[in-house]
Formats: sequence, C-alpha cells, structure tokens
Amino acid sequence: MLQYYLPIIVLFVLAFGFAAFSVGAASFTGPKRYNRAKYDAYECGIEPAPQPMGGGRFPIKFYLTAMLFIVFDIEIIFLYPWAVAFGRLGVFGLVEMVLFIATVFVAYAYVWRRGGLEWD
Amino acid sequence: MPTDIQAPSIAYLPLLPILIVFGAATLGVLVEAFVPAHQRRLSQVVVAVAGLVASLGAVIYLAADGTSRLVAESALAIDGPALFLQGTLCVLGIGSILLLSERRLDRSGGVVVSQAANAPGSREDLRLAESSHVQTEVYPLAMFALGGMLLFPACNNLLLMFVALEVLSLPLYLMAGLARRRRLLSQEAALKYFLLGAFASAFFLYGVALLYGYAGSVDLGDILTATSQAGKSDGLLYLGVAMLGVGLLFKVGAVPFQAWTPDVYQGSPTPVTALMAACTKVAAFGALLRVFYVGFGTSQWDWRPMLWAVAILTMVVGAILAVTQTDVKRMLAYSSIAHTGFILVGVIAINKSGLSGTLFYLLTYGFTTIASFAVVGLVRDSAGEATHLAQWAGLGKRSPLVAGVFALLLFALAGIPLTSGFMAKFAVFKAATEGGATALVVVGVIASAVTAFFYARVVVLMFFQEPTVDGPTVAVPSAYTAVTIAVGVAFTVILGIVPQPVLDLAGKAATFIR
Repeated sequence: MLQYYLPIIVLFVLAFGFAAFSVGAASFTGPKRYNRAKYDAYECGIEPAPQPMGGGRFPIKFYLTAMLFIVFDIEIIFLYPWAVAFGRLGVFGLVEMVLFIATVFVAYAYVWRRGGLEWD
Repeated sequence: MPTDIQAPSIAYLPLLPILIVFGAATLGVLVEAFVPAHQRRLSQVVVAVAGLVASLGAVIYLAADGTSRLVAESALAIDGPALFLQGTLCVLGIGSILLLSERRLDRSGGVVVSQAANAPGSREDLRLAESSHVQTEVYPLAMFALGGMLLFPACNNLLLMFVALEVLSLPLYLMAGLARRRRLLSQEAALKYFLLGAFASAFFLYGVALLYGYAGSVDLGDILTATSQAGKSDGLLYLGVAMLGVGLLFKVGAVPFQAWTPDVYQGSPTPVTALMAACTKVAAFGALLRVFYVGFGTSQWDWRPMLWAVAILTMVVGAILAVTQTDVKRMLAYSSIAHTGFILVGVIAINKSGLSGTLFYLLTYGFTTIASFAVVGLVRDSAGEATHLAQWAGLGKRSPLVAGVFALLLFALAGIPLTSGFMAKFAVFKAATEGGATALVVVGVIASAVTAFFYARVVVLMFFQEPTVDGPTVAVPSAYTAVTIAVGVAFTVILGIVPQPVLDLAGKAATFIR
C-alpha cells in the first residue's frame, strides 16, 4: 500500500529541499543593497497605482476589470476543449456553445452599456 | 480516428419552468442594458412577473400530464414533489417581485438603494437614501435566485445540486445589502450571510466529495444502490451525509446552523426578507427531502438520530429565543427557525404522509410569511420601518385593518384552528406519529405552545395598549403590496377552512422518482 505513495513523498521532500536550499543560498550569497523599489508592492513590474491614505477604499474600476477578465478567461477555458473536439461533438456541441457565448455576451452588453468599460 | 462523442439526451420540455425563469432573468439583464432609465422599472416588473406566470403555466401543464421522469441523463428529476414546490415557488416569487416593486411606502420611492457599496453614513450615502434614484438590477437578481430555487428541489445529482445552491445563494447575498434605510445593518447582514453561506457551501461540497468516494457517483439513484450493497466503507457515508446535512440545514436555518437568520432577516430590505423566508425555505426543504428520501432512503437509521437532535434543538431554541426578542423582524426570524423545526418533524416521519405534510406545510408557511413581512413593511416612522415592538403598541387603535390582518397572520403562524397553520402542523405531526416519532411530536406541541405565547403577546400589544405619542404611522400601500397581502391572507384563511383540495394535491404529488 505504502509503496504507491513513495514517489509522492519523495517529490514532497525534493520540493521542500529545493525551496529551502534556494531561499537559504540566496540569503547567504546574494548582495544586500538597499533599494526603495524593493519595498514596493509587486504589481507585474508596473508602477503601483496610488493607494488611498491609511488603507482606505479602492476605486471599483479595478474590481470591474478583474471580473471581466475572469468572465472571458472562463469562456476561453470552455472554448479550447470544445474547439479540439468540435468535429466529434457535432451539431449538439455547436448549439450548446452558441448558447453559452450568447449568455456571456449578455453580460458583456450589460457592462458595455452601463459604462463598465470606461476607465474614467 | 476517434469516434463521435455521444450527445447527452436532454428532454427540454420538462425543464421548461426552469428555463423560462432563467430566460426571463437574462432578458432582465438586457433590459438593464438597453431600455432607457425611466422605463426600466416597469419593463423589469413586467418581464419578471410574465416570466414567473409563464413558468407557473408550464408547471401546471407538466403536472396535468402527470408523468414523473428523470431528464438530462438523470441529473434532474421532474416528479410530483419537484413540480409541487416549483409551482409554490412561482406564486411566492410573484409576491416577492410585487413587494420589491412597491413605490409608495418609502417617501423616496423605492425599497432598495441605488449604490449599495457606499460607506454607510457617508455624504453620498445619505444623499442617495433620499434621492428618487433607484436601481432595477434587483429584479434580474431576484429572478436568478428564483431560477436556482426552481432547480434546487429537482436536482437528482449532488454536483448539480451544488450549482443550484450557489445560483440561488449568490444573488441573495447581494440583495441582503440593498436596504435603503439602516445601511450599516444591511451591509452587515450581506457580509455575514455571504461568509457563513460560503462556509456552509464548502461543507456541502466536501460532503459531496466524500459521498462520491463512497458510492463512486454523485447521482442520488447510484448512492441509493450503493447503500444497499455490503462491503462499502461506512465511514465515508456517515461523514458525507453529515456534511451534506450541514450545508442543507444551514439554508433552511436549523439549529445549530441558525446564527445568521436573525441578523440577515433584520438587516435585509423587508421584501428581500420575505423572499428569503418564504422561497429559500421552500427550495432548501425540497432539496433536503430529495437527498434524504431518495439518496439515503434505505440508510435512514444512520441519519435519523442526527435529524432528531437537530429538529428538537431547532424547535426549542427557536421558540424560546423568540420570546426574548424586541424587534418584529427578529421575532419573525426566530419564529421561522421554530417553524423549520416543525417542518423537520415532517421530514423525519419518512413516509408518504410525512412527505405530503411537509409539502403542504411549506406552501401554507410561504404564503403566511410573505404576507406578514409585507405588513411589517407598512408600519413606518420618519426613519423608515418601525420594527421595534414597543412602537407597535396600540396599532389596533391607529389602524384596525392592518393590525387585524397581522393578528390573523400571527394566529396562523401559531397554529390556531381555522387557519392554514393549524392544518399544516396537524398534517406533519400526524405523519410523524405514524412514522414512530411520537416523542418528537410531544416536543413539537410544547414548542408550539411557547410560540403561541409570543405571537399572542404582539396581538395584546397591538390591541390592548395605548398608542405611544409619536408612534409610527401605517402607510397606505399601492396595489403591489395590497395584492400580495390579500392573496397571502386569502390562502391562510381558505387553507385553514377547506384544506382538502390542496392536501389531496400534495398527497398526489408526494412520490419521488428514483
């Protein structure tokens, strides 16, 4: 019974060892020069957006953008396997996908008409 | 060359009630997008009510046809209980939509606020509370929630049931935060409901995963087959049933998963509270019945003690804590917890009359509840609804009609004869006695007596005390609220005097398809 799990345990040990080694080695060998940018929040390399004083409220437009991203992300996740199996799915698959995209499009139309795509 | 993938066979006709409501909700989103602002409100009401009426028509058509069937690769069961509850939900849904459409009660002209995300008490928030600006997204939200509720009791597949649970819950979390007055309380309600609801959903999902480990399927029919086979690991079954039970009992508001109920019922806009109290309870009990009667129908000795304990706790805690409440909405919330306990007595009977009694109870309770919350919305002072019980003193002298109607509804909730509440309680208690749960019935009767005490206290308060000097006024509602209250009261009285046709209907509907 246990031998089935042995590779997983070995993998865990390896992963943990690698992480511990990298972090440890970096703190021993790396140079420690002060740079203000290092203490900023990491936002994909772009200059962080100005935040309200005292950790107040965020503008809602960030949230809207993130939501829209997720909606279209999910759509793509469904579209890829559908495209791969399109020939085998036949008319049923086509109709289902058209229905799905139409429903997502309704949400898109709502966001567009109500000004969710305007940044300012 | 790989072979063609077999398309699943989906019979669309039995799904029509669900599809119509979801279609109307989607149409509502399009109305938001393309109809000019001043016409949106009326269009939304028309779309929502027309959708629910059409859905009710489809339910009646399917019920008249009378064939129970498993559809969509047996993921959904369109049978008697499902159709009975779907029909109930459509009618109660129309009532909730009409309450949401009420314009005359709040002096600003709407029950929901247009920007619920504003910080309570901020200048913008105070301005919006008085402005005539309303948002109409609440209609598509309510319709999506109702669509999920129609789906919930019909699910024969635990994974689909989880999807339905989320579809009905997510809009409700949002709607709880939309009250126009007392914004802080409303936002607190939304946050609490969301956090606790997400927690309960996680329990539900974990239970589904364990049951899949047990039976190798999430289909209720397959789980039933698995429970009658030897050599399965029962630990997975017990844990799975318990966790699934936590998720479902949270939604119906049973003790010890009731903590959210009073806060959410109090903080939400009253029409949304009516929707939650009536429709969510109907839908969640439908799912609970199907899971325990179909999926675990032969393993009842494993889960019956658990439900026994929950039912006793629910009746006792709900009834006793309701006595101490000083707010009308909180009192009705605790009374709804006690009623959850009474309905659970019917569930535990595990026989045909238990099932039909529970269905009948849900119908009567839904109508009485929706009408009582509608009446709560009428009593107002300058700060909005006057929900403190002390403010209701002497209401009978100020407005005998409204106080009389509310007294009647309270008598029905207490289960006084000649009201629907009596017939409903009688039906479930009788079924439980037949099902060998006499001890539970004794507890139920005692708890009913306790609930009768605090309902009667409100009636005494309204009729036998002098009104306070600057007490609340009773607003005159428009036809929307008036119709809802009238229909609710009519059902309460008619089902109390001539319940037999509806009892027969519930009896005819009370057969699950496996």
